[in-house]
Amino acid sequence: MAAASAATTSALEPLLRSLRLKTKQQELLLRVSALALIYVLAFAVRLFSVLRYESMIHEFDPYFNYRTTLYLTEHGYGEFWNWFDSESWYPLGRVVGGTLFPGLMVTAALLHRLLHALSLAVHIREVCVLTAPFFAANTTLVAYAFGREIWDSGAGLVAAALIAVCPGYISRSVAGSYDNEGVAIFALLLTFYLFVRAVNTGSLAWALASAFGYFYMVSAWGGYVFIINLLPLYVLVLLVTGRYSQRLYVAYNCMYILGMLLGMQIRFVGFQHVQSGEHMAAMGVFFLLQVFFFLDWVKYMLNDVKLFKSFLRITLTCVITVGTLALGIGTASGYISPWTGRFYSLLDPTYAKDHIPIIASVSEHQPTAWSSFMFDFHILLFLFPAGLYFCFKRLSDATIFIVMYGLTSMYFAGVMVRLILVAAPAVCLISAIAVSATMKNLTTLIRTKSKSPQTTSGKATGSKAAAKGAVDQPLPFQHNVAIALLLGAFYLLSRYAIHCTWVTSEAYSSPSIVLSARGHNGGRVIFDDYREAYYWLRQNTPTDAKIMSWWDYGYQITAMGNRTVIVDNNTWNNTHIATVGRAMSSYEDEAYEIMQSLDVNYVLVVFGGVTGYSSDDINKFLWMVRIGGGVFPVIKEPDYLVNGEYRVDKGASHKMLNCLMYKLCYYRFGELTTEYGKPPGYDRVRGVEIGNKDVKLEYLEEAFTTSNWIVRIYKVKPPKNRS
Amino acid sequence: MAPPPRLAALLLLLLAGASASAVRADLVISRADRKVDLTSHIVRVLTSLKVENVVSEPVSKVLLAFPNIQAKNLAAIRAFGTEGKVKGPSVVLPIETVQPSGVPPELTFFSVSLHKPLQKGKILHLDVLTVFTHSLQPFPEEITQAESQLVVFQDSSHYLSPYPVKVQTLSIRLPGGRVESYTKYANTKLVDSELKYGPFEDLPPFSYSPVIVHFENNNPFAVAKELVREIEISHWGNVQITEHYNIAHGGARLKGEFSRIDYQSRPYVRGVSSFRHLIARLPPTAHSICYRDEIGNISTSHLWSDSKKTQLEIEPRFPLFGGWQTTFTIGYGLPLQDFVFTSDGKRFLNITFGSPVEEILIEKLIVKVVLPEGSKDIDVSVPFPTKQWQEVKYSHLDIAGRPVLVLEKPDVIPEHNLHFQVYYKFSNISLLIEPMMLITGFFLLFVACIAYMHTDMSISKNSPSYLAKLQWDEVQATVQQIQSIFGQCLAVHDKLEVSLHDLSRTGDTKSCKAARKAADAQFKELAKELKPLLISLQSSTQSYQIWPKVEDLVAKEREMQEKLMARHSTVVDSFEKKLRGQDIENRIASQQQKITVLRQEVESLLEYLSEI
Repeated sequence: MAAASAATTSALEPLLRSLRLKTKQQELLLRVSALALIYVLAFAVRLFSVLRYESMIHEFDPYFNYRTTLYLTEHGYGEFWNWFDSESWYPLGRVVGGTLFPGLMVTAALLHRLLHALSLAVHIREVCVLTAPFFAANTTLVAYAFGREIWDSGAGLVAAALIAVCPGYISRSVAGSYDNEGVAIFALLLTFYLFVRAVNTGSLAWALASAFGYFYMVSAWGGYVFIINLLPLYVLVLLVTGRYSQRLYVAYNCMYILGMLLGMQIRFVGFQHVQSGEHMAAMGVFFLLQVFFFLDWVKYMLNDVKLFKSFLRITLTCVITVGTLALGIGTASGYISPWTGRFYSLLDPTYAKDHIPIIASVSEHQPTAWSSFMFDFHILLFLFPAGLYFCFKRLSDATIFIVMYGLTSMYFAGVMVRLILVAAPAVCLISAIAVSATMKNLTTLIRTKSKSPQTTSGKATGSKAAAKGAVDQPLPFQHNVAIALLLGAFYLLSRYAIHCTWVTSEAYSSPSIVLSARGHNGGRVIFDDYREAYYWLRQNTPTDAKIMSWWDYGYQITAMGNRTVIVDNNTWNNTHIATVGRAMSSYEDEAYEIMQSLDVNYVLVVFGGVTGYSSDDINKFLWMVRIGGGVFPVIKEPDYLVNGEYRVDKGASHKMLNCLMYKLCYYRFGELTTEYGKPPGYDRVRGVEIGNKDVKLEYLEEAFTTSNWIVRIYKVKPPKNRS
Repeated sequence: MAPPPRLAALLLLLLAGASASAVRADLVISRADRKVDLTSHIVRVLTSLKVENVVSEPVSKVLLAFPNIQAKNLAAIRAFGTEGKVKGPSVVLPIETVQPSGVPPELTFFSVSLHKPLQKGKILHLDVLTVFTHSLQPFPEEITQAESQLVVFQDSSHYLSPYPVKVQTLSIRLPGGRVESYTKYANTKLVDSELKYGPFEDLPPFSYSPVIVHFENNNPFAVAKELVREIEISHWGNVQITEHYNIAHGGARLKGEFSRIDYQSRPYVRGVSSFRHLIARLPPTAHSICYRDEIGNISTSHLWSDSKKTQLEIEPRFPLFGGWQTTFTIGYGLPLQDFVFTSDGKRFLNITFGSPVEEILIEKLIVKVVLPEGSKDIDVSVPFPTKQWQEVKYSHLDIAGRPVLVLEKPDVIPEHNLHFQVYYKFSNISLLIEPMMLITGFFLLFVACIAYMHTDMSISKNSPSYLAKLQWDEVQATVQQIQSIFGQCLAVHDKLEVSLHDLSRTGDTKSCKAARKAADAQFKELAKELKPLLISLQSSTQSYQIWPKVEDLVAKEREMQEKLMARHSTVVDSFEKKLRGQDIENRIASQQQKITVLRQEVESLLEYLSEI
């Protein structure tokens, strides 16, 4: 029997061998179809929110982006560039065209125009909602190409598959999260890929392409600073490790010069490339490269070691002196601006807490917890070090790059939660190398094992064992262990896929405009209070009404309510925000004066005490006090605390119980029974009975409260007649 | 709280001097009963007249008079008549506005044309239904959340007519609830929620005596400031209707604050004048119903359906108090075969004109009928006058755009929910244009891809990189050929193995030798084939990386051939010497090992080549 089967296999062998070419094509076919499936998967997995809720824009910033895109499509690019928005930052207004990254809006508007040119009459909202998934799908293609560039096509495929479902990336790119990051990660990875490609080939064309990739990145997101600092760092590392080459010289110079010039075309960035401290590293490395090149040439021309050494000493001293002098003079004269607070807070995680409360107050700027690393990366967290090991084992210009990208972005991900997003592609690529290399090793093991018995078939067992021993001393049970490991790897990867799907559907697909909770009988209860309130503002207030609210809701009020706001999520003017914070934390009469000076007609607060919605204004209130107190020392944080404790019940401080925010949130709340068996006025978020149940308003009146009390709007009464 | 009697005073003055020339003597109204329905915000008046001809000539027209102040709020007027002593089945009579000579300009006249003239002494039963909008004035104009809404209605207790009226009554149905005040005459009665005036007897033409009722009416004053109804016909089987509402509460304005806790705890006391939902009755076959506004879906709505109707309860995002407004859109699909029919070569759409929402007053209704692209000869028939024009709409995959017929009508009430017809010509072939366009588009895309893959796009045909690419292709082709030759070699090796195996079983040395001879010949032939390939590969500049491997491969293969042959002859020899199996094994053991090693090396080299 065995002999017969051996005979048939050996007869089949030539046939199979003649099919060699075909297997090659099959491999191509497999690869293309796998990529196509990954592409579709990356798009489809991000549609949970559309299926579960509706095609809508999520969160806060996307509403601003949507509003500007709408303006862009309606008024054209010239108008958009010169747009002065009087609906926000009343009475200051905002020069929108000069204070935003237009990449996202222009992309969406172009897609919209393209679709209309193909006579597909889609609404711009649908385009905006689907922009992020579309670019996420494109990112998988870039990841594939990048993986192929640094390792092999197998690693590329795995990288594409990993990044398609990586929760760290999905969190910012689900359908409806129409934010800069959605296209920026694509641009970031594309720039890196093109640059590595340029370094590998030394081709001007690729360097040019990477400069354009960089331009797109600059136009899309402030995170371009990461590129302009990582690339010089990478060049520096290559120089130090003696990997300097002509290819690197060509790639970096072309990319830097063109990228800088192109980046200057974005109004919001302007001349920062030559004037800001954050961009100086790139310029320094650029000059360093020239010096290096020059020294190389001199060395070649001199052909004398001693002479060259002394020359080297002189040149280096000169260069360092000149460089330091230039930097020193530039900084001293104010030509080169110092690092911004945001940049500092990246390098030093405790900086923001002490100096810039407005940055520290944003939850996505908090340092990352271990659990969220696990949540966002899952097995990639373990594969990452393994991938680093493989990278170090096969060091090349490309692997050095990915190692540096991975390590730096991991550090930043640890500093700020939102930067997990930047680390996600690097982690996926490095993990893909680990997965692909391990799999390849295991499968080759299995394959060679399965071949050897065939060649020695028909021979006695003794000779077989001897032959095996001669080939390569295998470990005992090598074959089985390899299969077990392979199965283990498959198990882990499938767990990863399941985890990603679960995280996407449970955690990252809620629009945060519409809240949903599980009812008593397990059914879904929807709280659509935000839109209820914004639509009420839109329909039933005068068109020139000014709304005062904490800055979080500014973008949503202007986009959905179509009314003028005092402050919004742009947070460019800290004093203005502090003024609002001060009004919210003052007594009603003092607040009234501030509101009169700001022409406020309505005040909007968010209150979760009835539904148990915890991210409401009372919980954010201490930040208002801190930010207000940062500019106006009248407001002191200890006034609102009792023995350093923040409370709203009877034990709360007098100032707390009578400040505007407290009054507006708890106005007539004392009459309401929120939970069975609890006294009226029981706050379900704080879990206490409120301290001031008899709130009287003198200068404001309730204008509207949503059905679940989440949003409360008050009207500011006109001043009384003097009589 | 007395309502302002301005209107009444004005009319009285006017009618005191009503010119006698307008008085008609040809007809006498022997009985006039008016029933005014004030339960909703749309006022419906049903006037039953018994008209008698008292002159010798037959009369073919009956005149109806309204003061201008009422006529401007008149949304619909309809007349039904029967002739004879007793009321029989009535027929609809045509009505038109007329301006008889000598009448005061403050009055508007309508003339009802009879189907056949009324002969002397004959009696005509005439029922006139008039519907007025904006006739209930909220008073006071601003109320707080807890107050209920009071409105004022004004009319005349006497039927205003150019004819003398013998007997007449007026009854006013109120919605129930409080009645603040009403004009009291001698024979006035308020029973339950019905206010009765009359009977009055023998009144001359143009008698007028004002009546003012001030009462509570908390029914929803739903007023659509504008409604755009888009009816889109798709001959793939669907009629899609999208209705954009801009709805306001037309009653007394809300004054002061809106308190959610009051509204929540006792909605029918604190917030009695507001309304929180509207009901739309859709056709039973309606499907894919959506309800949204500018900022997304509205999740508060309910839908019931049975075989008779589909009932949609629309709840706006917030309750509407007086003066508040909101906008929303509802959309639904209907099966094509129920609404589009064909008659003598033309297709026609037959669908209702107004809104499916109950008791709603639409101040401006725009109906847009979007016909499929390529429709011609568009014609419309509407049972009442409308403003009409045509537009073009561009939707998915349209080239010339879809013709849109637009009808506009002010002050539309539920009584206008009549069917209207749009006739047009459309050929079924036009249906296929869009799918064909898509197919052609994709086909061209694939053709372009194929063409791109098969054409040489390089600009310079003799640039070094281009030449290098050509050479590389050549090298690849050669390497593939070499691979196939080695594959055959390995196959021959296997054959030899098999022959040895047979030998150990059968002991037939002859066939074994023959196999070996054949293998020898094959090896020679293959070597001959290999030679030119190797030369061409060696000469190519692109093969500098591959060449050492190929060389290695050739050497290894040759060594392996030799070893195999040696082993083969050893085994055959031993068999001829009739040695024991164990001895044979021992003799060839070392060779066997080498062969295995070589074989593996050759195979790994081949694999390496195949990966290029």
